[in-house]
Amino acid sequence: MKSIDTARVQHELDRRKDRPVFLHLETTTGSYTALGPEKRPPVIAFIRNGVITFERGTIRGKGPYRVGLKIDMGWVYAEGLTDYEVNARDELLLAGHDVDGNLTVALQLSERPFRE
Amino acid sequence: MMLPDPPANLSELAGSMKPINVEEHTGLVVVLPHPDDESFAAGGLISLFHDAGKPVMYVCGTWGDGGRRMGSPNFATRESLRDIRETELQEACAILGCELHMLGLRDKTVEFEDPEHVAGLVRDILVARAPSLVVGFYPGYAVHPDHDSLGEATRLAVAGMSGKRPTLLAVAVGDRAGYRAVLGEPHVYADIRHVGQRKLDALKAHRSQTQAMFQHLAQNDDSAITDQEKEFRRQSFQIERFYVLDTD
Repeated sequence: MKSIDTARVQHELDRRKDRPVFLHLETTTGSYTALGPEKRPPVIAFIRNGVITFERGTIRGKGPYRVGLKIDMGWVYAEGLTDYEVNARDELLLAGHDVDGNLTVALQLSERPFRE
Repeated sequence: MMLPDPPANLSELAGSMKPINVEEHTGLVVVLPHPDDESFAAGGLISLFHDAGKPVMYVCGTWGDGGRRMGSPNFATRESLRDIRETELQEACAILGCELHMLGLRDKTVEFEDPEHVAGLVRDILVARAPSLVVGFYPGYAVHPDHDSLGEATRLAVAGMSGKRPTLLAVAVGDRAGYRAVLGEPHVYADIRHVGQRKLDALKAHRSQTQAMFQHLAQNDDSAITDQEKEFRRQSFQIERFYVLDTD
């Protein structure tokens, strides 16, 4: 992945608006936080291959970045995004990584279903 | 990371545990949910079986496609991680000397599948391979929900076998003092001093998952390394410990 270029990401968001697209949205602390010194319970959530149609999708911030997608009855939101990639399947991958390179948040859009 | 010099004997680490005698066995199947679990939990035991000429298979439950470690610096994405981890696992299995079978479940979802379905997938392999020894995670004492649930499925699978059942060994994970307070000391151990380097190489083959850990362990400032990491470095390439699970 590359560091986010907001103009490019905005262009990729615009390309995917106003038609059904598949969504992968995730945030994760990792499964082993309870073993750390602070014994924090892990907090993880994801939705994979939810289908949404957004009329307006925008990237904001000075980095890390936020993305909001305005959908029919509500919103999709992610904060902490640092990197992006459009892969060979033309999937838009947005992710946040911590200093060790671990994934912290992901927001991904694809015209075709993400691999199950 | 350099391995510490192996101790002349293991009596301090072995305590009252009984040694596993590989020669008494006809084969080993290791059933764990993620690519890299096999190297962390049983990389030494797998190598011992390979060296004794006994058939060994790793049955890997999931693709490991939900991991948050993406390499350090990160080179994987949520979408590429699955194929990357499968390739890393193939390399690790070649180093350890075991066959590989993927069950093909998705990371983090094992506990939400029908337990009998998952147990059936495992049982089919155990019936076909007829190993004398099976290794899984200790249900309820393995930290990660995938570990606990595949551990339970493996216990169900062995319990449901007719005829002579294999011995089921279980690996507990996490706070050693915590689980030992409940379960006591593990029952058996494998002396892996002579295959420790191979276990290390297999762990390093899981680049996306272990790069950061090995970078951390390699730093000169020993005060930055936690006690848990020091124990990992001191013990994990000398000995592997297992509980014997009751499957009746």
